[in-house]
Amino acid sequence: MSPSIPLQEMIRAIRSARTQCEERGVIQRECAAIRAQFRQSDNGSRSHNLAKLLYVHMLGYPAHFGQMECVRMIASSRYSEKRVGYLGAMMLLDEKQDASLLITNSIKNDLSHSNQYVQSLALCTLACMGSAEMCRDLAPEIDRLLRASNSYIKKKAALCAVHIVRKVQDLGELFAPAARSLLAEKNHGVLHGAVILITDGVCFVLCMFQTVPELVQIMRSLTVSGYSPEHDVAGVSDPFLQVRILRLLRILGRHCETASDAMNDLLAQVATNTDSTKTVGNAVLYETVLTVLDIKSESGLRVLAVNILGRFLLNNDRNIRYIAMTSLQKIVNTDHNAVQRHRGTIVDCLKDHDASVKRRALELSLALVSASNIRSMMKELLLFLSSCPPELRSHTASGIFTAAERYAPSQRWHIDTMLHVLTTAGGDVRDETVPNLIQLITNTSELHCYTVHKLYRALLTDISQQPLVQVACWCIGEYGDLLLRGECQETEPVQVSEDDVLDALETVLQSHMSSPATRAFALTATMKLSTRITDNVELMFKIFKTGSGIQLRKFMIFFLLFLKNVLSPSVLRAAVLERMPVIEKNSGQSNGESAGAKTEPKIMVKPGETSPPQQPVNQVCDLLDLLGGSEGPAQPNPAQSTTAAGLTMNTSSAAGGDLLDLLGGFQPTPTLSVYEKNGVNLTLQYERQSDAVLTVTLTACNSTDSDISSFSLQAAVPKVCPQRRPSPHHRSVESGRRGDLDLSQSSSASLFTAFHPCPIQVHLKMRIRISYTVQGSAFQDMVQVDSFQGL
Amino acid sequence: MMRFLLLFSRQGKLRLQKWFTPISEREKKKIIRDMTNMVLARQPRSCNFLDWKDLKIIYKRYASLYFCLAIENQENELLALEIIHRYVELLDKYFGNVCELDIIFNFEKAYFILDEFIIGGEVQETSKQIVNRSIEASDMLQEDDSSEWYEVELFG
Repeated sequence: MSPSIPLQEMIRAIRSARTQCEERGVIQRECAAIRAQFRQSDNGSRSHNLAKLLYVHMLGYPAHFGQMECVRMIASSRYSEKRVGYLGAMMLLDEKQDASLLITNSIKNDLSHSNQYVQSLALCTLACMGSAEMCRDLAPEIDRLLRASNSYIKKKAALCAVHIVRKVQDLGELFAPAARSLLAEKNHGVLHGAVILITDGVCFVLCMFQTVPELVQIMRSLTVSGYSPEHDVAGVSDPFLQVRILRLLRILGRHCETASDAMNDLLAQVATNTDSTKTVGNAVLYETVLTVLDIKSESGLRVLAVNILGRFLLNNDRNIRYIAMTSLQKIVNTDHNAVQRHRGTIVDCLKDHDASVKRRALELSLALVSASNIRSMMKELLLFLSSCPPELRSHTASGIFTAAERYAPSQRWHIDTMLHVLTTAGGDVRDETVPNLIQLITNTSELHCYTVHKLYRALLTDISQQPLVQVACWCIGEYGDLLLRGECQETEPVQVSEDDVLDALETVLQSHMSSPATRAFALTATMKLSTRITDNVELMFKIFKTGSGIQLRKFMIFFLLFLKNVLSPSVLRAAVLERMPVIEKNSGQSNGESAGAKTEPKIMVKPGETSPPQQPVNQVCDLLDLLGGSEGPAQPNPAQSTTAAGLTMNTSSAAGGDLLDLLGGFQPTPTLSVYEKNGVNLTLQYERQSDAVLTVTLTACNSTDSDISSFSLQAAVPKVCPQRRPSPHHRSVESGRRGDLDLSQSSSASLFTAFHPCPIQVHLKMRIRISYTVQGSAFQDMVQVDSFQGL
Repeated sequence: MMRFLLLFSRQGKLRLQKWFTPISEREKKKIIRDMTNMVLARQPRSCNFLDWKDLKIIYKRYASLYFCLAIENQENELLALEIIHRYVELLDKYFGNVCELDIIFNFEKAYFILDEFIIGGEVQETSKQIVNRSIEASDMLQEDDSSEWYEVELFG
């Protein structure tokens, strides 16, 4: 073999370049020289030049200008040039390039060349990059070669046919008879090619069941009788061919009972006799196991196969353990008991150092968890969670949760397990874990004391894991009184004072590690504690002044107002902040986005339920009445500001108004627009509070840009309806932008009046006189309202 | 079926690439980058099998070269290891104690040997001796051709 000297010189030059820039310089020079050489018509060193170009291409530089040269060299009569030309075609051309079509003719000619090595070049290239058209063109040639040539060409033609069938399915039928007859050959290479051809030409399979006895015979001769030193690899005779035949048998036996029966003995023989000390033997055993598990084999054989996989699991070689687990994963559902026998080994693989092995062991372990082994498996899984690689943590955590949910032996165990996961891998759990855990905790009322103690202790140790902190805050808010009790049957007693608890929540609020959602949880919890453990409003204020974020400030202001104005901790506060009832599963609305919304929907949704104790329910209903019949303005009207303070209103009712906003289930009372002129809108709202009282509210709104002065409202009703009416007030109604007001000023004024209801036959009517001055002109108007619908 | 075979050094320099399906140049470059990053990041005594997209990647290190073979999902991984080993044995026999430099300076020979062992993503010849004999015969044929070429040079 004469080395290509110019090529090697160039390679040396490139390698000696010390920088990328220098290398690029050398390559540019060489490419320029090569291009010049290509342009010259006939020159003896063409193959060297193309070889140089291919080297440059492998380094990653563009080499497309060599494509035409490849085409020319393939057409040359010299073998050396053909060789490099075909190599270039395989490297630079693929079926998407136009130039590839140009070599079809050369390939065709070379397929019938007198020299078998030239034929082999053509076959190799066709099998590597032949496009569908080329395949169609040359398929008859290939078929001819399959039938009548020497074994050297036959084996290559067989694989070429495989490529053709992969590209053009229909041509499979063309090769079927030839493939069938090739099975009778003695040459291993040809046999190998024939088996692949049969395997991959799908249309063959239907008529190829008759080949099963032949294949079995071939296998037997390989494994039992034949020892050919040529094909022997570490004691196994031609493992490549064996594996291929086993795979074909698998396909043939997959849906066919008779075929499976015919191969049963053989598979048992191979499984028992193959030497498994080296990788080759294990490769054959592996393929045998896969075949046994896939065909309709008898149970004894299946047990044998699973036992082989069990042995693989104990092998020192990591690769073998890996593939054993991959295979067991496929059958864990169908042969569950068989796989369970090897659970111990699988769990041991969780401790392996290799990440791929760990991943497989995790999948299998999760699939093997059952009611009988849940405790021991969970111990192992939790141990694994504390030391597993980060990319597996979230998968492990969710697997543990699913398993715990399905097979938890006791609720305390379940809670303990979930808490353990949150402390170890809190950052990697999914979002729905927090509400799920909260739901679990509320459901196990006998463990509230225990749970809150545990969570409190966890909170003291570490506040970086957000889900854990969120659950802990929620629990402390709900069950803070149990925390102060100090003793709890399940854990050792510990003294916790109010200040400790509030300090803990304040730490969470202030910590930079807490996310906004966590801070919201802590805030709500502190709020709830105002009824449960302490009435220390100043302390609460102090806490509320910390923390940051616009969203949180909104809630803080609300809470501050609430605390300030709803002074008594009884009635209102207790009702709003009472213990949460048991959450039903899948009640998505109970865990809405804002922390503030958490406290009230439950009250609204279950007003008449008997599950919460009777007294709070009544309080709730009273609450509704209380707010509705009070001196507050009626419904927030979208056309006007919601904080229509009115005249003698105090801020408590404003807060009450806000509370009303929050209690979203309230029915808006009907609004009547009575007067709309000159920028003054007068609307009327009425509400029947009880049998004794009907409240009517008139609201005036200034929609001009200037002030309105000397505003006065007078109302009259028929004498039949006894009424109580305070005197109207003069008030200057300032202008202002709608919807953007604070409490002290308003651009609307409300008057209310209360009536005792009229006798039914008489409809309530009302006459309203309105007078005002705007932009220097005075106006006076009178409006009559004739019907109050719904009375 | 095999999808591609890559050989690269410990520094990530590509020494041989063989593709068994049509892929664009850009895609090839991306795959090479992915493979080198994935394989070079592996710990010394880990498993030789990786999952990548819908393929299985089998890799093995021989001295300073990594052999990286991508096979389809239904193929036998252990046999793929054997295929890599067989190719190394063929190279070894041809070059006599093959090292990375041999493959660098005689890359086209490495390709020719590969083409005698594997065609269209499948093994074509399971006997080592037959493959070696075929390569030797091809080389002789090339020499006959080449020696003609040398003669012409001397004259002119």
